[in-house]
Amino acid sequence: MTTIELRSVSRWYGNVVAVNDITMSIGPGVTGLLGPNGAGKTTILHMIAGFLMPSRGEITVAGRGSWRNPAMFRRVGVVPERDSVYAFLTGTEFVTATAKLHGLPDPAAAAERAIGLLEMTEAQNRRISTYSKGMRQRIKVAAALVHDPEIVLLDEPFNGMDPRQRLHMMDLLQAQGEQGRVIVFSSHILEEVERVAGIIQVIVGGRLAASGDFRAIRRLMTNRPHVFLVRSGDDRALGAALIGRPSVSAVELTTHGLQVRSSDYGTFTREIAGISRDHGIRLTQVLPADESLESVFTYLLAS
Amino acid sequence: MPGVVNGVVMRLTLRGAMGRRRALLFALPAVLLIGISALLKATAHGSAWPPEVLGTVGYLILALTALIVGGSVLGAEIDDGSILHLLATPVSRRTIVLSKCLVAVALTVGFAAVPEYLGAAIATGAASKLAIGLLIGALAGSVIYNAIFLMLTSVLSPGPALAVGLLYILLWEGLLASLVPGVGLLSAEHYSLAIANSVAHSSALHANLNLGTATGMGIVVSAACLALATICLSGFNVKGDVA
Repeated sequence: MTTIELRSVSRWYGNVVAVNDITMSIGPGVTGLLGPNGAGKTTILHMIAGFLMPSRGEITVAGRGSWRNPAMFRRVGVVPERDSVYAFLTGTEFVTATAKLHGLPDPAAAAERAIGLLEMTEAQNRRISTYSKGMRQRIKVAAALVHDPEIVLLDEPFNGMDPRQRLHMMDLLQAQGEQGRVIVFSSHILEEVERVAGIIQVIVGGRLAASGDFRAIRRLMTNRPHVFLVRSGDDRALGAALIGRPSVSAVELTTHGLQVRSSDYGTFTREIAGISRDHGIRLTQVLPADESLESVFTYLLAS
Repeated sequence: MPGVVNGVVMRLTLRGAMGRRRALLFALPAVLLIGISALLKATAHGSAWPPEVLGTVGYLILALTALIVGGSVLGAEIDDGSILHLLATPVSRRTIVLSKCLVAVALTVGFAAVPEYLGAAIATGAASKLAIGLLIGALAGSVIYNAIFLMLTSVLSPGPALAVGLLYILLWEGLLASLVPGVGLLSAEHYSLAIANSVAHSSALHANLNLGTATGMGIVVSAACLALATICLSGFNVKGDVA
């Protein structure tokens, strides 16, 4: 079974740690690397692809080290995030050239098949410099798939794609995964990862924050304590009333109002209006204070 | 992938180097050199000027052309990230470096060595020893300079590589090599002039090395630079995102 193994992998640039002690095993199917921008997803993909040397730890792809191993690319296809391709080539020239570089016996036929798979046949004879961002993404994917690799690494593959193109790419990746290929892609959008990936690896601050199927990740995310910023006519009295409620785990009186930590989002939001009314306190603001993806990811990291 | 060079890499490199109206940039110095030769042939008195002018201005143009060409065949792709598409194939890094160098040499020959010969042919005749000698020296210089500048762009980013290349040409070769003994041993220009002089036999070329030393050093320097470029490309580290 083809796998990718990362053992205690770290990567730093001077004093900045981009990836911190990550151990994971990736097998056949679709694995999504999910995390906010700057989390280390691209760094991880670059190290798996052999484009970046780990500062520490070991990465093996199909049983062999990925660093300084060009032969690995007979079995691996890579779609980098950067938009740079040979813009002076047409789509078909680019994919055919890639097929020739892989030493395929019939590069033209392989290129035609790959371009058809990505629905780029109509635009294949146009220069890549005339392509939209979504079209460039698709031609890059076609080039990565032209030699029918067992492992495909894609960095933010849905960037620049319209909804229909995104859905098509998602279906393609799922189909590739169901055929037993190892598909690894990165994204900062939970819905993209949820829809396509069987296994999600959540990367936050260079660390592996959570790992599992999307249901487990979603449960972790929704069960986390929520923080609300509440303002009222009498914050102290409201705070005293709230602290006794089962849905409230902590209350802090600040200069900006009450900071309320709740372990039961639904119950708290249903109850607070009634509690305020019962105590004759006028409620002026109830705001969730930690709904950013970053705070969700940070919570996952802390837990 | 077996083979010392790869035709696909060469074709990609050639198309990339000749794009963006770069051919005009390459052609300008060549046209200038041929124009200067024609003008001097028509107006200058005496026969001293051909080796003086073509040995200095001509070989300066050779070096600068190689700097632009050699600096663009690899450095530009590393800088914009398109090199990743090439590196994500089983083609050996040595094959990539040699293929790109061969294209750079061919372009330098076309845009600098051949105009050098044409200028000398205008000045002294197509079959003259000077013309043939300068051509052979320029062919050698095309190889040596491109090996050096290709290596520079594999070690440094394009801006610094260009700066170091210019310093090498203008300061090291243009100034120090003629003033400080021994500096010529590490000068591609001196290797080229010595090789040219082995045919031209002209003291006006100011070739300070003998043929054996020049050829040997030219081969050693070229091989070492290409080897270093291969090592650098093999250990290529792309910039990643930072937490």
